[in-house]
Amino acid sequence: MHIVVDLNRCQGYAQCVFLAHQIFRLSGDEALTYEPNPDDARRLQVQRAAAACPVQAIMIDRQDDAERGAA
Amino acid sequence: MTLSATLAELVRDFKANGRIVIVGASLAGLRAAEALRGEGFAGSLTIIGDEPYEPYDRPPLSKQVLKGWVQADHTQLPRFQELDADWRLGLAAVGLDRATRQVRLANGEQVPYDRLLIATGTRARQWPNPAEAALEGVYSIRSRDDAERLQQALMAGPSRVLVIGAGFIGSEVASVCRDLDIPVTVTERGPAPLIGALGGVIGEIAAEMQRDHGVDLRCRVGVSSLEGDAGGHVRRARLSDGTTIEADVVLASLGSVRNVEWLEGSGLAAGFWGVGCDAGGRAFDINGVTTDTVYVAGDVARAPHVLYEYQFLAMEHWDNAVFGAEVAAHNMVNLEPGYRPHLLLPGFWSGQFGVNIKSVGVPPFGDEIVFTQGSIKERRFAAAYGRRGRIVAAVTFDHGKWLQYYAELIERSAPFPPPPPGWDRPDVMKPIPAEFPEPGVPTAIPDVVLTGHDPNERRAEFRPRDRPS
Repeated sequence: MHIVVDLNRCQGYAQCVFLAHQIFRLSGDEALTYEPNPDDARRLQVQRAAAACPVQAIMIDRQDDAERGAA
Repeated sequence: MTLSATLAELVRDFKANGRIVIVGASLAGLRAAEALRGEGFAGSLTIIGDEPYEPYDRPPLSKQVLKGWVQADHTQLPRFQELDADWRLGLAAVGLDRATRQVRLANGEQVPYDRLLIATGTRARQWPNPAEAALEGVYSIRSRDDAERLQQALMAGPSRVLVIGAGFIGSEVASVCRDLDIPVTVTERGPAPLIGALGGVIGEIAAEMQRDHGVDLRCRVGVSSLEGDAGGHVRRARLSDGTTIEADVVLASLGSVRNVEWLEGSGLAAGFWGVGCDAGGRAFDINGVTTDTVYVAGDVARAPHVLYEYQFLAMEHWDNAVFGAEVAAHNMVNLEPGYRPHLLLPGFWSGQFGVNIKSVGVPPFGDEIVFTQGSIKERRFAAAYGRRGRIVAAVTFDHGKWLQYYAELIERSAPFPPPPPGWDRPDVMKPIPAEFPEPGVPTAIPDVVLTGHDPNERRAEFRPRDRPS
């Protein structure tokens, strides 16, 4: 799956880090880095992280969602 | 049929049967294509890109990719919309003929368009001496392939990395080197890192931060030459102060060059700072007349901005690519008065040395700076930039949650110094000179540049059209 985080919007609340630490990491107190193409097995985890983001900065590939729906 | 009904019919027909060509298959090109489909454009869509890859995200390249955590080929951007586009990847556009409305590709093929979006972005400025630049171990970083090569060089355990130029990319790479415990020297011709983008006051803080993390930072120093061994691998650099640095990996982070060469002879206002366009993304021709068929978005666009005295802004920022592309796409398939402006308040982020540096507005537009929150010593603060009594920009170090407060002040042209939010005030809140270098002083070029009021700015080459015979 493919994701991108709008790091202008990100304010380092780190909810995503708590929910999916394999995908999202903080460097220091506030600078977020992440794996942009996580394994599909982590989809639910990443979706939860995106839903929990207080500023809704995590965007997930919708095509992947469509493919999953069709499968 | 009334005129407005005829026009509405034309728009409907264009949306159903028109031909749109996007040159540039990176963030701006992709988001424009998606926005066009989102606007109901069902005609033919061609996306031309000189790299062989589907659109990928560049900011991770100098951070998590270089660090070895994320693979370079794991940066592909998510898709939000079915595109049904004709992708022409690995094929550069080399010419534009506006009379016949055709883009010429490197293989000689001509691609016809009804509307064209220019989103060709920038490339890394290479080390100016070609023989030295060709030495093994000399890198620049802009593309996925660049990042992969440099990452492999860092993994090989170099004895020392030399970073030439302490702008954001150079500083981020130095930070990664320290994270990997690789000795690194950074040279900067200006008095401090990040000075072009954030001024000397912030630059001094960035300099201390680099040195505290073990970077051998040398300011007011240029690299005179690079020297290789018998095998053609770079071994040392001679600096302008007469000293030498032994290094087996050299990164030239000298800013970027706008990809406008392919527009030579097209009659567009294309030059050093990019392609001049109005705030709706419609390209100007060399006479300053807006075109109806050619649009510009992303790093290669320069457009007047209402908040900055209508000076043309050139912005190499992620959200400029996203929002500029969406506005251009909207305007490509709509008519006046349905046009939308791209009046983004510029913003960027940079993670380095464990600190999140963020900014809104255009810091170099200001001449004063005031620290409004937090502590400089702890490198956790907010500061505002002002010009003639109004706030024009702000910067935060690990204080990103407060940035929106300043963004709203900037959008309202609020007074400077601004009223600080009633929390976490520093001891001293007195405006001081922001210490931006004079224009023309050789240093790292900031990512947002005020390029003056001329749609065909002075450093563009003026090419009068052939007189009709």
